[in-house]
Amino acid sequence: MSSVFFMLTMGLYFVSTVCYLAYLLRRAETLSKVSLGITAAGFATHTVALVARMADSSQAQLPTFHEALSFFSWMLILVFLAVEFRRQLHVLGSFIVPLALVSLVTAAAFRSDGASSLQPVFKTLWVHVTLSMLGTVGFAVAFVAGVMYLIQDGLLKSKRFNVLYAKLPALDYLDHLNQQSIVMGFPLLTLGIISGAFSAEIVRGTYVNWNPEQTWAMVTWGFYFAVLVGRLTIGWRAKRAAYLTIIGFAGVILTLIGVVLKSHGSVS
Amino acid sequence: MHVIVVGLSHKTAPVEIREKLAVPESRLREALSRLCTYPGVREGLLLSTCNRVEVYAVVEDLESGYGRVQEFLADTHLSLSSEHLTPHLYWHAGDRAISHLFRVASSLDSMIVGESQILGQIKDAFEVALTHKASGLLLNKIVKKAISVAKRVRTETKIAETAVSISYAAVELAKKIFSNLTEKTVLLIGAGEMAKLAARHLIANGVHQVRITTRNFQHGLELAQKFNGTAVPFEEYKTELAGADIVLVSTGASHYLVTADDVQRAMRQRMNRPMFLIDISVPRNIDPAVRPIDDAFLFDIDDLHMRVEQNREDRLREATKAEQMVVEEVAVLGQWLQSLEVTPTIVALRGRTEDIKRREVDKVLARLAHLSPEDRAAVEALASAIVNKMVHGTMVTLKAEATSSSGAAYVDAARRFFSLEDTPAPYPPAQTGAQDMPQESNDGNGANRFSGASLVQHTTKEQSRRVS
Repeated sequence: MSSVFFMLTMGLYFVSTVCYLAYLLRRAETLSKVSLGITAAGFATHTVALVARMADSSQAQLPTFHEALSFFSWMLILVFLAVEFRRQLHVLGSFIVPLALVSLVTAAAFRSDGASSLQPVFKTLWVHVTLSMLGTVGFAVAFVAGVMYLIQDGLLKSKRFNVLYAKLPALDYLDHLNQQSIVMGFPLLTLGIISGAFSAEIVRGTYVNWNPEQTWAMVTWGFYFAVLVGRLTIGWRAKRAAYLTIIGFAGVILTLIGVVLKSHGSVS
Repeated sequence: MHVIVVGLSHKTAPVEIREKLAVPESRLREALSRLCTYPGVREGLLLSTCNRVEVYAVVEDLESGYGRVQEFLADTHLSLSSEHLTPHLYWHAGDRAISHLFRVASSLDSMIVGESQILGQIKDAFEVALTHKASGLLLNKIVKKAISVAKRVRTETKIAETAVSISYAAVELAKKIFSNLTEKTVLLIGAGEMAKLAARHLIANGVHQVRITTRNFQHGLELAQKFNGTAVPFEEYKTELAGADIVLVSTGASHYLVTADDVQRAMRQRMNRPMFLIDISVPRNIDPAVRPIDDAFLFDIDDLHMRVEQNREDRLREATKAEQMVVEEVAVLGQWLQSLEVTPTIVALRGRTEDIKRREVDKVLARLAHLSPEDRAAVEALASAIVNKMVHGTMVTLKAEATSSSGAAYVDAARRFFSLEDTPAPYPPAQTGAQDMPQESNDGNGANRFSGASLVQHTTKEQSRRVS
């Protein structure tokens, strides 16, 4: 049952991505309502798919890459819906929904492949994966806010007052969204890394063994730490913060790719 | 009965004429009652703003109605004569008059398309007409509809969303940099008119902190008082930059007062908090080299002009959508007006009673199959007699009141009492012909006069000019 809903979700996210991208180019606001409706429907089927999947694999006790990505995509949409309902920031959908779709399609690619699942450990691994993914959602939203910031900044600087300019929110709101996302994402990633270390200790008897993805994870963590501290102390905000969070998110993606490539070997 | 408008606006008359014709609020009442004393004028509404003076009226006869209203307008000012006015006036009747009012209310006919003042002015004019009972069944319905059309246009199009003046454009841009202006500080360097206007708009949009610096400190103090702000000595403007989120420069200086170095230093102190710089001075007072500095957004007078121009185009694009809405709404109202015609109402009433009689008689006769043909005829005759007697009074009243001032009200009531609302008013072919061929009205055969004419006929300007 979960696979039917999963496919349905993918279809709905695809349609809403198309609608949201069209919304960017069109003057009319009506398209945003249609897109939001489709996204909400997709979110509902996605929830069903996730719950069904959890029920299916409850005995297996192992989080797979597929589940992690699907969960990531679900959280992204949840965050988007929350912001949309509070701020009516329709244009955010044009950026977040495509990202959620990409992550869901990637998840689909890992679905049937049983071998790509992470090695079975204990429940701590679930905690590790969930927390890391929640942290990643924060960084993803910061990334999206950064991209939107740079676009709006560019439009203002070049005095191009087009449809996109009209739809994007004020710069300082985007900067605020960027900051909030990192403030929320960073502690979650920190906890994710700590729980990962505990899992490793249980499995291998050592907390850290500095394999490449662990190293990358630590570098990413250090990077975001610097971004946070830099904002508070030496004014790494606005455009600079936007660039930094885009770079940081690229680091996160690389870590994830590392996890996938290594998934046949040891636990991350 | 005809709905007409006679008037002039910024499009047809220079300000010298408009100001003479304008009726001050204090004299509106007197003017309205004077309008209603003209014979043949049933209802009236006077709209007088700085951009237009228009009389909306319901008149018995089209040609003389136009004449009376024009006479009324010429009488408002001693130095004006009817001939004087004619080249500036426009005349519309029926659908065109209604469409004109809808367009005016929706601000499609305004000097600045999409401005919102006009709707309030129409509401006020209507209020006055209502309290003095100058407006009746027809104008009430039409003006109320005009107000609702204007609201629909405002909500369903973006006609009023964009800034169309330099000072508003500055506010609009500020809102794309700062989501909330209440916490922001504005620094005014110099105090040109446009800068003051922009500052006022910023304050209206929530800005609390205003710091003002002018070469003449005394002048600065006075301004500070006006804006509820703080005056700072002119020598200190460079140090003030760091604390300002929005900088408005408009001095008569012939050199750059604010250089790239100044802004860079300020940005460092601000820890890269964005800064919005507006240079309204010509020659410019902020070095254009400021543009590439990160998080500093410099706009000069040309940038603002460009933004205003773009917005104007946007508004015009939205205006075409609004025009379509007006056309739709005029059609809806036209249907209602058509239903107020006496002849189609009588036809509909007859049709309805005949229909009821037929059904009831058929029902009874089906049960009384044993009746002889004579008896059946008697039953039918009885039914016809009852029905005809019942509606006879209504028919007679409708015909008698057709030309009276309350004719439309009777028709409206009759349509409601007999549930004729949903029955479309059928048009006698001869009149439809007259409606399609307006030139007939010029033959002087009266084909377009009240009894046989439609309230919603199209009268072209040229045609009405000939008439008047």
